[in-house]
Amino acid sequence: MTVLEHTGYRPAPPPGWQPRTDPAPLLPEPEPYRLLGTGAEPATPGLWRELYRRLVLGRRYNEQATALTRQGRLAVYPSSAGQEACQTAAALALRPDDWLFPSYRDTLAVVARGVDPVQALSLLRGDRHSGYDPHRHRVAPLCTPLATQLPHAVGLAHAARLCGDEVAALALVGDGGTSEGDFHEALNFAAVWQAPVVFLVQNNGFAISVPLAKQTAAPSIAHKAVGYGMPGRLVDGNDAPAVHQVLTEALDRARSGGGPALIEALTYRLDAHTNADDASRYRDEEEVAAWRGHDPLRLLEEELRRRGELTDELVAEARTAAESFAAGLRERMHADPRPDAASLFDHVYAEPTAQLRAQHSRLRAELAAEAEAASAPGGGTGPGRDAA
Amino acid sequence: MTAAPASRTSPDAPAPAGTRPVTMAQALNRALRDALAADPAVHILGEDVGTLGGVFRITDGLAAEFGDRRCTDTPLAEAGILGTAVGMAMYGLRPVVEMQFDAFAYPAFEQLVSHVSRMRNRTSGALPLPLTVRIPYGGGIGGVEHHSDSSEAYYMATPGLHVVTPATVADAYGLLRRAIASDDPVVFLEPKRLYWSKAPLDLDQPPAALPFGRAAVPRTGTSATLITYGPSLPVCLEAAEAARATEGWELEVIDLRTLVPFDDDTVCDSVRRTGRAVVVHEATGFAGPGAEIAARVTEGCFHYLQAPVLRVTGFDIPYPPPMLEGHHLPGVDRILDAVARLQWEADWIPGTEGRPHA
Ligand SMILES: Cc1ncc(C[n+]2csc(CCOP(=O)(O)OP(=O)(O)O)c2C)c(N)n1
Repeated sequence: MTVLEHTGYRPAPPPGWQPRTDPAPLLPEPEPYRLLGTGAEPATPGLWRELYRRLVLGRRYNEQATALTRQGRLAVYPSSAGQEACQTAAALALRPDDWLFPSYRDTLAVVARGVDPVQALSLLRGDRHSGYDPHRHRVAPLCTPLATQLPHAVGLAHAARLCGDEVAALALVGDGGTSEGDFHEALNFAAVWQAPVVFLVQNNGFAISVPLAKQTAAPSIAHKAVGYGMPGRLVDGNDAPAVHQVLTEALDRARSGGGPALIEALTYRLDAHTNADDASRYRDEEEVAAWRGHDPLRLLEEELRRRGELTDELVAEARTAAESFAAGLRERMHADPRPDAASLFDHVYAEPTAQLRAQHSRLRAELAAEAEAASAPGGGTGPGRDAA
Repeated sequence: MTAAPASRTSPDAPAPAGTRPVTMAQALNRALRDALAADPAVHILGEDVGTLGGVFRITDGLAAEFGDRRCTDTPLAEAGILGTAVGMAMYGLRPVVEMQFDAFAYPAFEQLVSHVSRMRNRTSGALPLPLTVRIPYGGGIGGVEHHSDSSEAYYMATPGLHVVTPATVADAYGLLRRAIASDDPVVFLEPKRLYWSKAPLDLDQPPAALPFGRAAVPRTGTSATLITYGPSLPVCLEAAEAARATEGWELEVIDLRTLVPFDDDTVCDSVRRTGRAVVVHEATGFAGPGAEIAARVTEGCFHYLQAPVLRVTGFDIPYPPPMLEGHHLPGVDRILDAVARLQWEADWIPGTEGRPHA
């Protein structure tokens, strides 16, 4: 009993106070939402087989990209092996006019959205910062500074709504990124503005080496939605049909004026953070093995087998498509890109400043001198990489 | 705000019809209003910019006239304001964001540096960001801690940004219109102590949008060149007047107007004629804008220089409390002192920086 209660003092609530939003409908489900193994039927016939084909291709893409790092063809690759369900479902849930805001780990989602894989990998190959035209497939450039892409997605969605367009934005972020201030600011703006944006957190357990327990004390990341006044949803991120359904619902709701949503997909990064990382320093093989048992590709395969839909034909077709995709990628990535040094000064401003024009002509003169030296008798730079 | 208050200081010369004394704040307000009216893509975002009209009233009346979808009070989060403006610009809008004070733009620094400045470049021109970041800056208004920073050096050091700062009422209008029309991001630094400065202007026949990269020469002279911008322009003009009265020096004064792009031509033309130069700004001197300017003048005018390029700047200290800011800000005496050290005799006259006076 407090002193105030003891004296019988009972203040009235502050003037005008009332609960602003009923939190109950915003709460995420107590257990990750699942479809596989529950007896549920696909929303549209053939959807799960299509997801299966794409997961097979996605896994093969991750293997190929990782191999390209070993061959010196990619500067770095943050693999999404184990997260293919999230990445594929994200791309498939979007309508053509919607926008995707990916991070460095989401090249598979970008490719699944229709972007040429060589262009999607430019950043990681190192020939350009961003290799694709964002307008063509409505995919923002891959974003590296964590969570900074989230306010962009909110602003674009808000702008679309101001323009009266039925467009939603889907923003991807990792579990570590949810600790950043921009995550908070983006969700808050989105909810206040009721912007048509959906945030998908791929909770893959780690931010490089740091586990989720060191990022947050929240009951779940999805619970954070409640504090902003938007619904949070928790989904098994390795259940591709479930992720697809949850995202489709959230995007439909956003497009039709229902406001933003936060979705936490529980998944696992099977590979190290990047090819340069040594995951054995911070996690056990047993943990990885347990998650291999909950592999998104395997879960879907088992379901299709149970349903009698995993025909030899489907398996062969998926495998062939994945192999030819990987072969095409490998071949194209083995060509040496020749980024033009003189292009360094392009697109700094709409019109180059006088100072940039002067620096540009100095570099051009250097390049011309190098070219002249190389073509002079006895000159040249020796055999190129292809010949080595 | 768009209607000028009853004139307190009437200009000496008879003014053309419609011309009346207008404050810089009014000129900026009118530029925003005209930009909103001219282009439906223009959207204003910021803290207190709607109902209140901004803490300096620069957006006064705009939400009432254009609605709160065009002039929006946002949640209180600078990275969020600028970050969402990026997304809006990606969708084809032309956001103009207000940062409430210089030091409160720092939370938005990551968005500015990592995205705003380089989005055009990193997407090979596919995503230009036509957005303007308005920042009231500088001291001299008795502001307490965090309300008087001169942050221009950070922005100048960030490729991809235009950095603009008007010093006159007419330029405030012309440069802001140009900034909003620019297809590149512009950091528009408003010298807050000049918000209430007045000059005759006909707001119904406003000045044309001013091109970037053209410095103004508000006072011509032959003895030495004062290179300055923004809040220090009136101080330099006063110093030039005093220099003529006391020493007979004819100082040329250059108002840079845009720090990026930098007008090397106007600056070097002047210094080649005068042979002497002093850079004046409020920002701290070490690695400040004056260091860049002095280096450029030295490279461009070496054989014409009669003396090293000197700087009169704020001290290399965190911005002081208001009761001491008078000691920190470059004033007329310090400028005259620097001019006096420009090797008028053959002997080097030691300055104040760590060296004892002769
Ligand atoms: C602002 C910022 N700080 C630090 C980094 C370096 N960094 C790159 S990835 C990463 C971990 C991110 O973890 P998470 O958000 O969970 O995404 P994941 O990599 O697991 O997909 C860190 C710390 C960064 N990219 N941006």
